[in-house]
Amino acid sequence: MKSVLEVEAPLLELEKKIEELKKVNQSGKVDLSREIEALEHKAAQLKRSIYENLTPWEKVLLARHPERPSTLDYIQAMFTDFMELHGDRAYADDAAIVGGFARLEGRPILVVGHQKGKDTRENLARNFGMANPEGFRKAGRLMKLAARYGLPIVTFIDTPGAYPGIEAEERGQYEAIATNIALMTSLPVPIVVTVIGEGGSGGALAIGVGDRVLMLEHSIYSVISPEGCASILWRDASKAQEAARALKLTAQDLLRMRVVDAVIGEPLGGVHRAPEQIYRKLSAALQDHIESLSELPKAELLERRYQKYRAMGEFIEAVPASR
Amino acid sequence: MSGFFDRLRAQRPKTLAAPVKRADAAELPDNLWVKCNQCGTAVFRKVFEEQLRVCDRCDHHHKLTARERIEQLADAGSFLEWHASLMSGDPLHFGTEYVKKLEADQKRTGISDACIIGQAAMGGVPVALGVMDFHFRGGSMGSVVGDKVTRLMEEGLQRRLPVVMVTSSGGARMQEGIYSLMQMAKTSAARVRLEEAGVPYVVVLTDPTTAGVAASFAALGDVIVAEPKAIIGFSGARVIESTIRQKLPEGFQTSEFYLEHGFIDRVVHRRDLKTTLSRLLGFMSVTPASA
Repeated sequence: MKSVLEVEAPLLELEKKIEELKKVNQSGKVDLSREIEALEHKAAQLKRSIYENLTPWEKVLLARHPERPSTLDYIQAMFTDFMELHGDRAYADDAAIVGGFARLEGRPILVVGHQKGKDTRENLARNFGMANPEGFRKAGRLMKLAARYGLPIVTFIDTPGAYPGIEAEERGQYEAIATNIALMTSLPVPIVVTVIGEGGSGGALAIGVGDRVLMLEHSIYSVISPEGCASILWRDASKAQEAARALKLTAQDLLRMRVVDAVIGEPLGGVHRAPEQIYRKLSAALQDHIESLSELPKAELLERRYQKYRAMGEFIEAVPASR
Repeated sequence: MSGFFDRLRAQRPKTLAAPVKRADAAELPDNLWVKCNQCGTAVFRKVFEEQLRVCDRCDHHHKLTARERIEQLADAGSFLEWHASLMSGDPLHFGTEYVKKLEADQKRTGISDACIIGQAAMGGVPVALGVMDFHFRGGSMGSVVGDKVTRLMEEGLQRRLPVVMVTSSGGARMQEGIYSLMQMAKTSAARVRLEEAGVPYVVVLTDPTTAGVAASFAALGDVIVAEPKAIIGFSGARVIESTIRQKLPEGFQTSEFYLEHGFIDRVVHRRDLKTTLSRLLGFMSVTPASA
């Protein structure tokens, strides 16, 4: 098990020790079952105290954990009959975004998500989940297709951000994002978005405008990366930890700010420790949301979506004195 | 001799607010002259204003304040401001450093946040006009800018007025975190309603228009015009450079670059902007509500 958190180190040490003792115990020569039990109890306590008290920066690291399940993992685990569809019909097929038809407990849906790689080779092929304009345009094309046939749309967000490249700009990166955002505000089908890892700003929102937005417990969603924020505000990228705290980018923060509708609890240590648990939980949540959204007449679905985003933000407004 | 200069100074136009520390043109000490930010040519201040703050040597379009832009585009005395009282709070509790920056910008610019909206006449035609101001926190969009842009569009929808939006922004206001990001969705949703109702929406991209503003309402105009050599785009040049580790091409991310790549309808010199907008609106009449 790969560790990304310094704070996890003592736990992993302990777990290693427990495994060693278990091996010795199996040999039958010595009875270590009481010692093992005591250590397992200690490990459980340590685990809870670590993962229930993660700092925002630790959540950033966990959200970016290389062993965290990807969009394709979720698709393969939760849906059946997945048929991937490719291309933006204008330029290319962007491997950083995956999309296609699928069935959720028999119900046909359209699924779209950012796709990272499991290793360096795959990450290079997927551009680390950073989409070019053709990726967003593929997503937009597929979402229009879904609306044409009344399919609910399910999206998965996991991206460091839209790709910052020369060709990306040449092909209108800003236009591709804006067009998708606008499109999603007006599609007459239920849209349920889940942030499964990193929600990187505009590149995330480009497939992230939903009637319901869910976040996994240790995922993050931010207008700028903590590193980017630190270098702009304090000219010091190493102040990323403070920036992470200041940006209020955790799932819990976003729930409190009413930008996110629900947080899906992760197994202790993160989803990669017991992904089956999350697949079951998320599948049930998606079904619930899709079902309740599908009951709404289209006009009401769209009006509620408009008002949901209309209400986001906080500011001061002087109220004119009456009379 | 001194009398001549006294009289000249006395003639200085009083239409502007008290001397504003410019983001752009450097003012020479005696204040009669302005130095072009690009080529360094000194221009007599009054002439510079008459030239709409464009250098007549090198054509550099200096940044305008929102109020200057409104004065240039709206028929004299026709502008009526809407929702002027909106002000940014500190919803993420970023702290006193941020709040002090807001107060300093308010004092320095005389406006409450980075966007002014209202009704105006352009060549006699009533429009809903929104103008962003880079001098306020780099034109960054937080809840106030997002709500004002949205209200501009909602007013345009309700009153059936064509909407004209002049953009200038370095992107989202970081200190408002995810609220800033969500303004992209909010403003875009309002824009879509204009489209569905057949109400024209014209965007004027000015230097710079980038990131979260470019990737939302700025990119969604029925027609999009840009001032010459404005920096437009999604990612910042430095971020691109450090990602790809290559030198960026000449003219990258300028208005002309995007014209060439198919994303802008016209590049328009500032002296032609008002007439261009009038002509465009002349082609796009508001669909009558009953139709």
